[in-house]
Amino acid sequence: MITMSKSFTVNIQRQDDPHGPKYSESFEIPYEPGLNMTTVLQRIAANPVTSDNKDSTPVAYDACCLEEICGACTMVINGHVRQACSALIDNVLKETTGPIDVKPMSKFPVVRDLVVNRKAMFESLKRVKAWVRVDGYHDLGSGPRVSPHEQEDAYPLSKCMTCGCCVEACPQFNDKSPFIGPAAVSQAILFNANPTGKIDSEARLEVLASRGGIADCGNSQNCVKVCPKEIPLTDSLAKAGRDTTLYKLRQFFGR
Amino acid sequence: MGKQNVVVVGGGLAGLAASMRLAEAGIHVDLISMVPVKRSHSVCAQGGINSVNDYTRQQGDNEWLHVDDTVYGGDFLQHQPPVKEMCDWAPRVIDLLDRLGVTFNRTPEGLRDHRRFGGTMYERTAFAGATTGQQLIYALDEQVRRWEAEGKVDKYEYWEFLGPILDDKGQCRGVVAQDMFSMEIRSFPADAVVLATGGCGLVFGRSTMSMICTGGAAARAFKSGANYANGEFIQVHPTAIPGTDKLRLMSESARGEGGRVWVPKKPQDGRDPMTIPASERYYFLEERYPKYGNLVPRDIATREIFDVCVNHNLSVEQGRLCVYLDVTELAPETQKKLDGILEIYEKFQGDNPRKIPMKIFPAVHYSMGGLWADFERNDQTGGLVSGSLRNQLSTVPGMYVIGEADYQYHGGNRLGANSLLSCIFSGLFVAPSIQNQLSCLKDGSASDAPSSLYEGAVSEHKQHMADLVGNRGDENPYQLHQELGDSMTRNVTVVRRNKDIETTIIKIAELTERYKNVSLSDKGNWTNQNFSFTRALGDMLLMAKVIAQGALQRDECRGAHYKPDFQITAPDADDPGELRKQATAWCQSFKKKNDQWLKSTVAKYKPGGVDFSYEAVDTSLIPPRPRTYGLKGAEIIEEVWREMLAAADKDKKAKVGT
Repeated sequence: MITMSKSFTVNIQRQDDPHGPKYSESFEIPYEPGLNMTTVLQRIAANPVTSDNKDSTPVAYDACCLEEICGACTMVINGHVRQACSALIDNVLKETTGPIDVKPMSKFPVVRDLVVNRKAMFESLKRVKAWVRVDGYHDLGSGPRVSPHEQEDAYPLSKCMTCGCCVEACPQFNDKSPFIGPAAVSQAILFNANPTGKIDSEARLEVLASRGGIADCGNSQNCVKVCPKEIPLTDSLAKAGRDTTLYKLRQFFGR
Repeated sequence: MGKQNVVVVGGGLAGLAASMRLAEAGIHVDLISMVPVKRSHSVCAQGGINSVNDYTRQQGDNEWLHVDDTVYGGDFLQHQPPVKEMCDWAPRVIDLLDRLGVTFNRTPEGLRDHRRFGGTMYERTAFAGATTGQQLIYALDEQVRRWEAEGKVDKYEYWEFLGPILDDKGQCRGVVAQDMFSMEIRSFPADAVVLATGGCGLVFGRSTMSMICTGGAAARAFKSGANYANGEFIQVHPTAIPGTDKLRLMSESARGEGGRVWVPKKPQDGRDPMTIPASERYYFLEERYPKYGNLVPRDIATREIFDVCVNHNLSVEQGRLCVYLDVTELAPETQKKLDGILEIYEKFQGDNPRKIPMKIFPAVHYSMGGLWADFERNDQTGGLVSGSLRNQLSTVPGMYVIGEADYQYHGGNRLGANSLLSCIFSGLFVAPSIQNQLSCLKDGSASDAPSSLYEGAVSEHKQHMADLVGNRGDENPYQLHQELGDSMTRNVTVVRRNKDIETTIIKIAELTERYKNVSLSDKGNWTNQNFSFTRALGDMLLMAKVIAQGALQRDECRGAHYKPDFQITAPDADDPGELRKQATAWCQSFKKKNDQWLKSTVAKYKPGGVDFSYEAVDTSLIPPRPRTYGLKGAEIIEEVWREMLAAADKDKKAKVGT
């Protein structure tokens, strides 16, 4: 069994800055039980010496909560996009007979090594007005009543960490397409269903019906497969399709 | 006069609450955060948020009882007026969150559902699944994004706070921060600065806290003249999953459903735990506390697990401290109720806890202490004067502190589900104070301050960076951090003995010396995380000193601070007369202890060291009383204590009469 060997190799795609060339470096990591990819990157930082014994620099990476709830540490490990914190080395080693392959997400500009800039995702949240527009923060009593069923529909959508897995897997989200991606579409659906948030639903549908909106979804259904929070993204995309169609029809008939 | 501006440092619940409230008031905010604010540590909170609610009110609950539970749970170390104000506001805070769209769990009628948490008799806790913190921060993040879209808030994400900028009168006129991508260092002029920078768990190496919780920002403010209070009060949660990178929380409900804690009687028995017969297992909580078993209070469970591993060398593993938390014997339908937390264990440990006992150990969880913050008492309400220039103000004029970064609200021990409340409350409540502060600034806005002030501060930090990057030595910062965490965790967490704390203080001094010879493996000037970490390590060494020295000096037991050498001997007599005598002696010792130690520790920075002084605690609302949970003769102790209080009261009145 490979996990019984004393060490394993990690191949990491590196890039010194946004304009620098990509290159690969290998690191030999002593095996111990309970390792995850984040610990591997911590070990490299503490001792940045490559497999061929050259002094290197610590690999730059994003990390924060390490509980798969903040979304920071998303990267592509053995070709699968996921969070480094919950990528257990014992499992990752079983996926390959060679070295573990680690790359930054490909859909965002690389800042350095495994750090990418996901600003585009947060900008999309602005575009779809992903918030509830309340009158103010003074005391106006409690919010509207919400049935347990409505809460059960909203809660899964509200767990989106803006981690980037869905857009990394989405063939339509790329340099050549203006598609805002499944995460932002799903947030628009979440806030359109909110009893107060639906006041802005037409503005959101307008965004979903325009360039980069739901029409750019190619229905590959990759997003839902890679979402670490198992958000029903394809349900949101389907709903966005229906709602924008109805919205456009209503507009056409001048209502 | 130029445009006024506020800098908020930290984008967790407290920082976001302050930002949105300030933006609503028409004040421009620069929000600086080391991570995109949506990824702040607040996301890790699971349980819920407390407030008196319609349901508990009908059972006799009210805001005073919430205050009482909070200060009793905190062993009376917190000033009571801020707690009163927070508890009075709590129902309105939760109403607001509800209106912002937080997906709180619901009753069949569509009302917010509540659960009961530790330290109270009432179901005060509103919750959103098992990820309440995440759901709350998302709601506030969305509001701040709305203000950002309107140009009222400018976010600086992946920017690290390096220190406040003080003018020659000591007034805070802005901050210096660094872009963590480009490494650019620049100033942010401000008419008021709010620090909402969280706790300092990384001082202990690994904790339940996120990677950004180094205490670096607090240390930098401390070095600039902001005092730090009650640093030694650190909450340790009994059950966390030990990881090689961090310690992840394992909820108390596993024990609530019947989970049992044990270790093999043979130290580091190598066998598969399922093959170890019951006679060779040590169910230490059940044996030591036959009445409460595995459901002893949190602090006791924490101390016993620690004791078994550290003092009795019975840790399950060699070289790593842990005990078994065993739910394998539970019926499948009971296990199913625990699915949520069992899945976390499975995901991160790779073992199925339904079949193999979980390995858990206590973990540093929350900093009750923090930067000192002022308040102004409202004598009519017992709470605070809303909008007072003093509320949440640090010892640096113009610099406010809120959230886990401050020392208010939780005293010696925090109650579950009170932290989300204190963070959001202090964030919302600081805004009117800042608004008033801005309206009465004599020197106009910070943009009118001389540019030399800002240039000087920036060049100082640039020099610090150049010095650290260019440092020649042979010490590895990650190695130093590990040694610091090991020593702090071993000697300054659960059970504290002065000789052990002294060992750690010597260790901190040694590490501080070795830090001077630290060498970076990355000397570059682009996204240099190696540099960022090493700079924060210097700050962690300072925070460690504040925590350890504070712990050494406080010779008593209070809340999370437990020193067995200074524990008041518990009554043990069976004879009622003798028991009463012992209870009287106990109360006298307790009074003596409170006279000496019912005080906040206040640390003040001086170059090369830290000065400590002690500040009286405002207990104007609820007189302190003994915490008697689990003590023999608890009722009689409480009775004697009430008699002593009444007698003292009578004496006082008699004196006033003459």
